[in-house]
Amino acid sequence: MNWEYIQKYLPMYEKAALLTLKLGVIGILCAILIGLCCAVILYYRVPVFKRIVAVYIELSRNTPLLVQLFFIYYGLPKIGIATSAEVCGIAGLAFLGGSYMAESFRSGFEAIDKIQEESAASLGMNSHQIMRYVILPQAVSVSVPGFLANIIFLLKETSVFSAISLMDLMFTAKDLIGLYYKTTESLVLLVFFYLIILLPVSLLGMWVERRVRYAGFGA
Amino acid sequence: MEETILTVNHLKKEYEGKPILNDLDLEVKKGEVVVIIGPSGCGKSTLLRCMNGLEQIQSGSVKLREDTIEAGAGNLVRIRQKIGMVFQNYELFPHLSVLNNILLAPTKVQKRDKKDVKEEALKLLDRVGLRDKADSYPRQLSGGQKQRVAIVRALCMNPEILLFDEVTAALDPEMVREVLDVMLELAKQKRTMVIVTHEMQFAQAVADRVLFIDQGKILEEGTPEEIFKHPKKERTKQFLNIFQFKKVEERKIS
Ligand SMILES: Nc1ncnc2c1ncn2[C@@H]1O[C@H](COP(=O)(O)OP(=O)(O)O)[C@@H](O)[C@H]1O
Ligand SMILES: [Mg+2]
Repeated sequence: MNWEYIQKYLPMYEKAALLTLKLGVIGILCAILIGLCCAVILYYRVPVFKRIVAVYIELSRNTPLLVQLFFIYYGLPKIGIATSAEVCGIAGLAFLGGSYMAESFRSGFEAIDKIQEESAASLGMNSHQIMRYVILPQAVSVSVPGFLANIIFLLKETSVFSAISLMDLMFTAKDLIGLYYKTTESLVLLVFFYLIILLPVSLLGMWVERRVRYAGFGA
Repeated sequence: MEETILTVNHLKKEYEGKPILNDLDLEVKKGEVVVIIGPSGCGKSTLLRCMNGLEQIQSGSVKLREDTIEAGAGNLVRIRQKIGMVFQNYELFPHLSVLNNILLAPTKVQKRDKKDVKEEALKLLDRVGLRDKADSYPRQLSGGQKQRVAIVRALCMNPEILLFDEVTAALDPEMVREVLDVMLELAKQKRTMVIVTHEMQFAQAVADRVLFIDQGKILEEGTPEEIFKHPKKERTKQFLNIFQFKKVEERKIS
């Protein structure tokens, strides 16, 4: 292990980690938004839209992120939409993550008894208020474990960003290995930075899971 | 006698073409306690659910003062604010504390001042012996406690009329009493109530008027005395006999 090398290239990894994190966070936020919209559409069985959502979910879940990225990265310019690699990365992650988030939110919605809605309605709430104050908070808390698992999955998926020449962690490691053949050091740094990003989310996930399983609301 | 506040007119309700309620008429006067009895599946829950628009009706109308529900029409949101409903399984919101369960609709729907409602809510909780549970969550309460909270939640909307659908049916016997006592107290305060129950002794004690429903129709109605002591219709007698028989059975077991 060459510590000098590690010290020298640490800043590069830091920069790459920040990029991974930045694209990951923005992409995941978009995915959450898409997922919520899809789940609400499925919950209310909105005609036409529910079909679009169903097609989207199948399409998004059954194609690899790499393929989705290629479509966005090489496809969009062909139809006259010019974007940066960063935007493509975010869009790809949002496209993939949206369906995963939609699925976990949907199972959250399904876990809420229909009569909760009636109970709220009988208090004079309109459908917007019922969704916002009664259904959504319950559905979201039920879907938290799946939701956190999705975040971990999506953060890991960011490693294919290097394929559209985004200088993320994976790209940096590959680059340095290619340049200096310091394979061990490069890989150690790579694993180290992914752990820094993912471990906190994982631990949070375990903590939440335990809470949800043994306690539930109000403990 | 007091004015009529709720009128059900020629109410017809079907599920997939199968008639459940058939041309049903009912009037409830202010301060009156109407108890509905009848065999399971006769349409008692359906009637209550039609009264506050949880079920679409096929024809007829439900009128609460100036508000009307008809087939596919009616300002449900407004009428429901004036009709309180308590369900068999409490249906509290599990993600909210007892106090927030109670405050939600008055503050968000009626836009009342939170401080005022809170004061009222705590007073009502005190009345039902649950002042110290205000910050608990529903899952930390017993069935009887949950049901008392559900009643307070309905009361806090200051409804004109309260509907109770077998609110003690899911409770352990020792908790039935605490809920029924709250309802007796409400009757004493001259609250207008429509109560569906299988607790016949309670029905006799609380009711001003008793309706016996069978196959989606009001078969017989009268004072508790008339219905329970001197039922006229054969069906009513049969139904009430079931309870007599049950009582004897219970005694033998214990
Ligand atoms: N959602 C539904 N779809 C179809 N049939 C229903 C539905 N709800 C109730 N019913 C039928 O309507 C009838 C009356 O039900 P209900 O009002 O719940 O009876 P009760 O409360 O008197 O026991 C029953 O025969 C029941 O099977
Ligand atoms: Mg019923």
